[in-house]
Amino acid sequence: MDLTTIKQAVIEGDDKQVADLARRALDEGHSAESVLNDALIVGMGEVGALFEQGEYFVPELLLSARAMQAAMEVLRPLLSASSYQPLGKVVMGTVQGDLHDIGKKLVAMMLEGSGFEVIDLGTDVAPARFVEIVEESGAQIVGLSALLTTTLPAMEATVSALREAGPVRVKVMIGGAPVTSAYAQSIGADGYAPDASSAVALARRLVGK
Amino acid sequence: MAMPPTRPAPSPWPAASSASEPPLRYDSLTVPDAQDLVFGRAPYPLRCGLELELGAGAVFPEVNFTLPPIAITDATWPDILAQYREMTEGVLQRALALQAPGIVIEFEHLPPMTKHPQWGAEITAVLRQLLERAHEAGGLPCALRATVVDLRHEQRPPHLRDGPLWETMHRSFADCAEAGAHILSIESVGGKEVFDEALLRGDVPGLVLALGVLAPRDMAWLWQRIAEICDGSGGAIAGGDSACGFANTAMQLAGQRLLPEVLAAVVRAMAAPRSLVAFENGAVGPSKDCAYEGPVIKAITGRTISMEGKSATCAHFSPLGNIAAAACDLWSNESVQNVRLLSGSAPQAFAESLIYDCRLMNEALRRGQERSLRDLLVDSDQYHSPQALVISPQASVAIAKAIVAAPSDYQRCVAAAQTAVGLIREAVTQGDLRLPPVEARWLGRIESALAGLPSSEGKLLEETAAEYAHLFDAASYGL
Repeated sequence: MDLTTIKQAVIEGDDKQVADLARRALDEGHSAESVLNDALIVGMGEVGALFEQGEYFVPELLLSARAMQAAMEVLRPLLSASSYQPLGKVVMGTVQGDLHDIGKKLVAMMLEGSGFEVIDLGTDVAPARFVEIVEESGAQIVGLSALLTTTLPAMEATVSALREAGPVRVKVMIGGAPVTSAYAQSIGADGYAPDASSAVALARRLVGK
Repeated sequence: MAMPPTRPAPSPWPAASSASEPPLRYDSLTVPDAQDLVFGRAPYPLRCGLELELGAGAVFPEVNFTLPPIAITDATWPDILAQYREMTEGVLQRALALQAPGIVIEFEHLPPMTKHPQWGAEITAVLRQLLERAHEAGGLPCALRATVVDLRHEQRPPHLRDGPLWETMHRSFADCAEAGAHILSIESVGGKEVFDEALLRGDVPGLVLALGVLAPRDMAWLWQRIAEICDGSGGAIAGGDSACGFANTAMQLAGQRLLPEVLAAVVRAMAAPRSLVAFENGAVGPSKDCAYEGPVIKAITGRTISMEGKSATCAHFSPLGNIAAAACDLWSNESVQNVRLLSGSAPQAFAESLIYDCRLMNEALRRGQERSLRDLLVDSDQYHSPQALVISPQASVAIAKAIVAAPSDYQRCVAAAQTAVGLIREAVTQGDLRLPPVEARWLGRIESALAGLPSSEGKLLEETAAEYAHLFDAASYGL
């Protein structure tokens, strides 16, 4: 079986077909690593390019990510621990006092689709909760979202709480309508992303990938 | 020469709120001819606030403002109160200086102001006092709208009909009414827990589940209660709701090229039946400014609507800047931060912009040229974006007709969506609207998905259960 068939199914976001094709490829003697690297990752790369070119929107991106996940369920038991690691672990949340969800949810979904493991804490998240989950999970990145001008101070308080909790310095990226790059610098965040696509690129930079 | 719309039979609702009336179900249009859907005139004008009459031949500014970055705490509360006072005084001063024929001030709560009802009420009382002063000393007709935050979606899945979040919201509404708000509103979010997921997936059955099944059920329940509060308040009226958390979310994501514009346009139409439910359960208008589905509501109910467009760029961008004014009775800036500009404060500056926008519309009304100006507002936008196209008076009446002809909320939602698709396709076929190939593909995809929907909401609930049932609390929707 030609692995481009699996790659094409990833691009088309057909999760059932991708999982079936992955099983067939294994039955026909392809290694799990080969299916992962030569079909799934290559396919997701093309999906990302189509998104950047404006040919795909978020729904197609998510369908393809879901298709890749379906195939991963088949492959994971056969992959060695070292052959498939998430790009990094990200704790996401909307800061305390702010109930806006969808921007943060979108970033979380796109990070997952790009190979990050995401722990989404939801909205109105207290600084102490971020600290607790970062310590528990060993996340490398925290993503903070705020849509209200009046919850920006909560963003600063969260960054301070994370810094005080150290010893390991978790990277913090922030975003939301009232947030700017200058504001990110002023509160000691490691980066600002104006939109979901930039957030993925920023997260990659923050983990050095 | 343009003729004013004919005034229909008396309102099915009294001018004040109407919880004591049985729920209404619109099955015909109050404004069946798109030519009669025009700014400043509504079949059922509304007297509210301090000698303000909406929809009776004039458009008024509705000004809304918010705080710059500041934590809302007990310690900062004196500063916050001072800022609200300063913003309101500044806006009223511009209104008086420019001889505005009237004004509505919207106090849109920030979450802590609903979570602590006494805070929301305190600001309401301050603003009401300032409006009374402007009315008494300057003769300015005016009204105060208080918009409470829907706290219920703090909980996932939201528990909508009881519990501390609902009780706090309820108290906040009541306290604001008691503190002097003339109009109560909300941007409610019942169904949003499913909508957000479905929107990001571009999943039409999920969108119909959210907007055609869940949201209308919550709206009916919620607006009956808001109307009850108004009935018991001795003067407040139940304004209206907005599909902001739904259709405006889609609009913003489409603006960032994260979603197709045609999907956002169809979602706008799908959201109209949801917003209509408020008016079937006690709301009397004016509808909320960010409810761009307002013209559909006005065509069906004949009630006054608030809209926002080019003068709301302080809050967000849109492809609807001019066309949004076509049928408005209030013209709003959505929200502006209290920051200093060269001219003065930003709320003052945007109040002035709105006042001049309204002057132009009112002069057109005075000369009987409102349809000409309305047509310019429409034609300058409608073929630049499918989202603009679906809110034109013609499109709004077509969508409104489809909605009232449908027997259930579910079928209303589907009919509105199908009509929007048809309108977009027709404009493309006629060469008026150009869609990039990727958008055209999506239009076909949406059309196919709509055609494949089951015949009843029960079947839709079954078919979507695997994807969405875990996201919502069925009992909160009476399911």
